[in-house]
Amino acid sequence: MHVLVAAMAAALCVPAAGIGSGNGLPTTIGKGEGQLNLIAWEGYTQPQWVKPFEKATGCQVHAKYAGSSDEMVTLMRQGGGTQYDGVSASGDASLRLIYGKDVQPVNPNLIPDFKNFIPALQSPPHNTIGGVHYGISLQWGPNTLLYNTKLVKPAPTSWSIIYSPKYKGKVTVPDNPIQIADAALYLSKAQPSLGIKDPYELDQAQFNAAINLLKQQKPLIKKYWALASDEIDLFKNGDAVVGASWPYQTNTLKADKVAVADLIPKEGATGWADTWMMSAHAKHPNCMYKWMAWVSTPKVQAEQAIYFGETPANTKACPIMNTLSPGSAAQYHCGASASYFDSIKFWKTPVAACGNGKNDCMDYTAWQQAWTQLKS
Amino acid sequence: MAVRAADLQTPGRPLRAARLRLTGFFWSHPWTKALLLLGPPLLAFGLVYLASLVALFVSSFWTVNPFTTEIEHAWNLGNFRTIFESPAYRTIAFRTIGIAAAVTITDAILAFPLGYFMARVARPRTRAMLFVAVLLPLWSSYLIRVYIWRLILDQDGILNWTLGKLGLGSVGLAYSNWAVWIIFSYVWLPFMILPVFGALERIPESLLEASRDLGAGGFQTLRRVVLPLALPGVVAGSIFTFSLTLGDYVTPLLAGGASSQFIGNVVYQSVGISNNVPFAAAFATIPLAVMAVYLLIARKLGAFEAM
Repeated sequence: MHVLVAAMAAALCVPAAGIGSGNGLPTTIGKGEGQLNLIAWEGYTQPQWVKPFEKATGCQVHAKYAGSSDEMVTLMRQGGGTQYDGVSASGDASLRLIYGKDVQPVNPNLIPDFKNFIPALQSPPHNTIGGVHYGISLQWGPNTLLYNTKLVKPAPTSWSIIYSPKYKGKVTVPDNPIQIADAALYLSKAQPSLGIKDPYELDQAQFNAAINLLKQQKPLIKKYWALASDEIDLFKNGDAVVGASWPYQTNTLKADKVAVADLIPKEGATGWADTWMMSAHAKHPNCMYKWMAWVSTPKVQAEQAIYFGETPANTKACPIMNTLSPGSAAQYHCGASASYFDSIKFWKTPVAACGNGKNDCMDYTAWQQAWTQLKS
Repeated sequence: MAVRAADLQTPGRPLRAARLRLTGFFWSHPWTKALLLLGPPLLAFGLVYLASLVALFVSSFWTVNPFTTEIEHAWNLGNFRTIFESPAYRTIAFRTIGIAAAVTITDAILAFPLGYFMARVARPRTRAMLFVAVLLPLWSSYLIRVYIWRLILDQDGILNWTLGKLGLGSVGLAYSNWAVWIIFSYVWLPFMILPVFGALERIPESLLEASRDLGAGGFQTLRRVVLPLALPGVVAGSIFTFSLTLGDYVTPLLAGGASSQFIGNVVYQSVGISNNVPFAAAFATIPLAVMAVYLLIARKLGAFEAM
């Protein structure tokens, strides 16, 4: 997170560097093309804010849900990258998309609410390279520990519950290689001798320790969930009582009167900071700009934050959140302090050249292979 | 042709005359008719079916750049080496083949008595009703049937509810290879019943009478006469149940547990998530090879005559 803070500071020193006419970026949003094809996380394109958008702009939204960052990257590349106009990429997909030239720079001056974003999300390193913005930040939040309040007692305080045999056959975690980071985060506190500082920067020994923990966890797992709705079914039907989750599942289950609660355990949490990015070959760029502007407005930001259970980038959304659902702004840390923001280990793509200067970290290919082997 | 020759001489009908000349041409050159009839389906078979298999096989020797995920057209055996050397992929291949075999055996055991009843015992009315009962599930979506089974097998599902009412406790079948096996056995059962029924129906009654005349009991007749004669039908049905299970990925995805990956799931993930089409192609050649061997054995057992 030091990198983030540094980049943030740099961006503040040179406000809107590289933006303006002369660099090929549009300076106005033209007429909408009538269509908009999006790849989104489940719950990100709800009729509640999509329908008014379609009415206001005439852009018909066609959204496809993806279950993981890997799937988002692949979908963005399929068909020469012309199939989709935009993607709600998390931090572990955004850099892959930028360096893979799958997304194009955007002009944040065309997004009126951009100036109301918390400073940390105006030019974060996961979507802004050398002052060039490759997307507009959206929302962020932690991956939580979800549990059945009737069957899991006492209430958990630590991630250790999903690694302990007490709830054998009743545990569920995401089917996603980035889950290795959750194991590493737990080990960073449970086994300090491993010296894990960043759960995405693991050398061979630290990586092996995380994989071993996951191997021990495997017999406890009911199912590795691929879509949020899978986990909702598991909790609803009593097949799982504890698991790694997103707040979205908690909200949906509570709305269905299932006795669940979630928390950020004492070890902390991994999390996501999502960005709407525009495909390099977008067929409907004006509609995409209109969409990015729309989802940045305080009202939509508040609606999405409450629906999914995450924190809006736009600080103006906080009072609206409280109007929609009293106390929700505090519950989801709206306008949170920089220290809370920094306490979440946001998803990023593991690379060999990590912070230690030795180039010996396990890269994402190794993570993917280890995950495939774990699941076999 | 004599009548047509007479028609030909009728004046003032040029269109009819042309048509008759064409008929005459086809009659004197029979191979042109065959070519015209078989050409389009053969062309479709060659281009759409075989060419895509060739493309699959060829691309399995390529690799993907790990960072950009662009396909690199450099010939190598890397994908196959990964599959054979990694215990993970071996486990997945053996699991797929093992469950496919288990499903086939289960369906054969279930289908034989039902097929026998339908073919030799039931009256025409009962037989018709049984046919409807066997085929009706095929009219509903495969996906819906898998989801319904999920509801049955869930921890709080119908099965455990019933067991609980009977005071038998509960079973944890949901999201496991057991669930995958049960669901596959259910969805592919009609594909086994129909060929088994066909084979049993074709056994001449006289052979069974002869067996009895020669002093064989019911069980001996079944074992020495009915089973060998019905075997081609069972093998024909097994081609469907085995290959359909071998290529499926939806049921393991929806109803499988922590260790329920099938070959199809790895192919799906390689294409849909890691964008590694060459590896998917390489792994997809394994079921192809397994099926090729299976079909050779099935042919030896006379399955193709029973279809």
